Amino acid sequence: MELRAEIPSGPISTKWSRHRFEMRLINPANKRKYSVIIVGTGLAGASAAASMAELGYNVTSFCYQDSPRRAHSIAAQGGINAAKNYQNDGDSVWRLFYDTVKGGDFRAREANVHRLAELSVAIIDQCVAQGVPFAREYGGVLANRSFGGALVSRTFYARGQTGQQLLLGAYQALARQIGLGKVRMFSRHEMLEVIVIDGRARGIVARDMVTGEMQAHLADAVVLATGGYGTVFHLATYAKGCNTTAIWRAYRKGAAFGNPCFTQIHPTCIPVTGEHQSKLTLMSESLRNDGRIWVPKNKGDRRAPDTIPETERDYYLERMYPTYGNLAPRDIASRAAKKVCDEGRGVGETGRGVYLDFADAIQRLGRPAVGEKYGNLFEMYERITDEDPYKVPMRIYPAIHYTMGGLWVDYNLMSTLPGLHVIGEANFSDHGANRLGASALMQGLADGYFIIPYTIGHYLAANPLSKADADHPEARRAVDEAGQRVRRLLSIKGKRTTTSFHRELGAIMWEGCGMGRTEAGLTSALAKIPALRDEFWRNVTVAGEGGELNPSIEHAGRVADFLELAELMCLDALERRESCGGHFREEFQTADGEALRDDANFCHVAAWEHQGDGRPPKRHVEPLSFANVPLATRSYR
Amino acid sequence: MNLTLNVWRQRNSASAGGFAIYEAKDISPDMSFLEMLDVVNERLIAGGEAPIAFDHDCREGICGTCGMVINGAAHGPRARTTACQLHMRSFRDGDTITIEPWRAKAFPVLRDLVVDRRALDRIIQAGGFISVNTGSAPDGNAIPVAKEDAERSMDAAACIGCGACVAACPNASAMLFTAAKISHLGLLPQGQAERRERALRMIATMDAEAFGACTNHAECEAACPKGIGIETIARMNRDYMRAALRRRPPAAAGGGAG
Repeated sequence: MELRAEIPSGPISTKWSRHRFEMRLINPANKRKYSVIIVGTGLAGASAAASMAELGYNVTSFCYQDSPRRAHSIAAQGGINAAKNYQNDGDSVWRLFYDTVKGGDFRAREANVHRLAELSVAIIDQCVAQGVPFAREYGGVLANRSFGGALVSRTFYARGQTGQQLLLGAYQALARQIGLGKVRMFSRHEMLEVIVIDGRARGIVARDMVTGEMQAHLADAVVLATGGYGTVFHLATYAKGCNTTAIWRAYRKGAAFGNPCFTQIHPTCIPVTGEHQSKLTLMSESLRNDGRIWVPKNKGDRRAPDTIPETERDYYLERMYPTYGNLAPRDIASRAAKKVCDEGRGVGETGRGVYLDFADAIQRLGRPAVGEKYGNLFEMYERITDEDPYKVPMRIYPAIHYTMGGLWVDYNLMSTLPGLHVIGEANFSDHGANRLGASALMQGLADGYFIIPYTIGHYLAANPLSKADADHPEARRAVDEAGQRVRRLLSIKGKRTTTSFHRELGAIMWEGCGMGRTEAGLTSALAKIPALRDEFWRNVTVAGEGGELNPSIEHAGRVADFLELAELMCLDALERRESCGGHFREEFQTADGEALRDDANFCHVAAWEHQGDGRPPKRHVEPLSFANVPLATRSYR
Repeated sequence: MNLTLNVWRQRNSASAGGFAIYEAKDISPDMSFLEMLDVVNERLIAGGEAPIAFDHDCREGICGTCGMVINGAAHGPRARTTACQLHMRSFRDGDTITIEPWRAKAFPVLRDLVVDRRALDRIIQAGGFISVNTGSAPDGNAIPVAKEDAERSMDAAACIGCGACVAACPNASAMLFTAAKISHLGLLPQGQAERRERALRMIATMDAEAFGACTNHAECEAACPKGIGIETIARMNRDYMRAALRRRPPAAAGGGAG
């Protein structure tokens, strides 16, 4: 396998415009002769499907939810970055580029990040035109707020529901194309295999989740927009249905997996309450604009928060990082929370929590102003915890929130399996080892609206394809494989439920491959995971039958894939003998306890190639060069 | 807590359904309603029985996937709260809880508590959008939007498409759902060009999908987990009447963009 990043030559600020000119085009009348499959209908998938259909391609779109509007992009709360500089505070495309490369701790590809920053401005324009009700100032212009890792106000938002509103914009654009007959929509369909013909991705096998029927769908190119894989940890801020199956099946068919260990742990989530916990809920990072994070100075101080005097509180982010304060990037804020809890200063029943306090903000701005900004988040918090954050500080703790890793893609967003493109969180691309807040929405929409519609045409024009339909032997074989797997899962009839395996896997991963990673911890996880996987295939019980609506069989297939992915993540974390961004190897830290990169040996992307079951995967390397943002130690102090 | 559940079980859309009774023992008041069902399902699976199928995904009240009638109320007893955000502390030890799927002709039951809500998608496909192709937008600040208009538009745009309004309505009407989208887009300057066509098309589709008419019960507003009000329906009716009175020959579906 050879990793060819296909980065255009020339100065970084003209690479994309030059590439757009150099890419091959397809005559508008000929576009209708091509078909594209897009799996997933989140920000990336819905925007790609709509935009490609507008261009004239025949698009087939799939989602596992009952409606494309429900993809988990909908839950993004805080906002979307764009280098508009509407605030006149010194923002620019270059600054957004710089902040994102630095925020990612120098493990992202410069050319991709610059393109992302360039496109950010067009995204806002597009979304406004679609009717996304962004927050406004009294004069009618767009409002902004600040987010972690930046000293400018460049985040656009729609209350605490920015993801919802952006997704509805993309969903409505998609709905319009469905109504026009340019997109065929398959909801409640789950992709289980990639169909590869003559070395190229030509289709997918999907299971109709209502009837259980396995179907082959063929096209000229396939786009995966299936999101991240953080639910490998069982407890995460992801939706319950989020899974790795689509990208994992593609990995097994030849798509390299980039930086699988790069996961983001979000500092502000509602803490775990008990064994029954099925997911964790995020409290938007935007709350850190006005909320102050603190713990008691003294260990084991169990007093009620309002009875702890100011002098006995430790506003540790403001103390440790005076420049960025409560707006330090996510990886840094998460580790700091873990550190104070490890010291025995955590709050709440479990001691795994810190306060996020709005008392000062309420005093300064008044309750109505705080309510206008964060009201829906406060309500959500109150529903879950039965505590009123207007009166009592929120209790928060870090949780798994995003995966920077994903399938490796070149500059054109194509994986190492020709014809298979990967967009949004499902690819590894733009965030390096740590994603900044409000950048996920930006990347999903940049990929879907403004990159893949161009690059897919370039691929199709350059690669004439033979005809293929569902009767092709490779298509039939893939359908058979997917069917056999379901039958095998149903035939085990063991003693343990899929959820119990998932929970145990999550505990292993959180312990071994979570916020702090060590050689010993990873080695131990690498011993436990294969053992758990063996037990799964001997002892899982899956209720019901294959030919019906059966959530049990869906979960079983997903957990089976997580049990393979988890091992690759730990292997990647073990091999990357440095700390960077969210990947914190405890052996590699500065005297102050910050991440210590090893640029001499690890300034690269690790892309893993599947070598077959029972054989170790092969680690390939794409070297990264930083010609425009010089390598430096991140400092937010 | 120990509870008794009276749950609608139905194998598929072709079969007849019926209630079944399950004991839910040792339930923590900190569990969400869906986590309580998870626990019951784990026990059913361990006992060799088919788990209760229910729709759910984000479990934080925003995706709109979950939906069930709990003791006769869509999403249960707590106002402005989806089933996934409802916690067991809203119930008392020893309670019997009846759980049913959304009941509406337009929402066929697929299994147990899972219904087919694609009719709502088809209403959006008929006109619930602003026709603007990717790449053709002016600068975001080129169109000022009064703060108050943006806020009211956002109030309507908060709809999560769960279908509780339909389930709560004695006529199984989708007026609140449709009106929320018409209000969201109609309150913004960007939405004016297609305002009339939008109302005509969306309402025609709503009627064709076998949703009932509105007879002003306002049950929808009471059940809406996002607090969307029936003034949106008044706004929709106004748009519809204006459009019907000034009806022109129909343009091609989707705003003639094809």
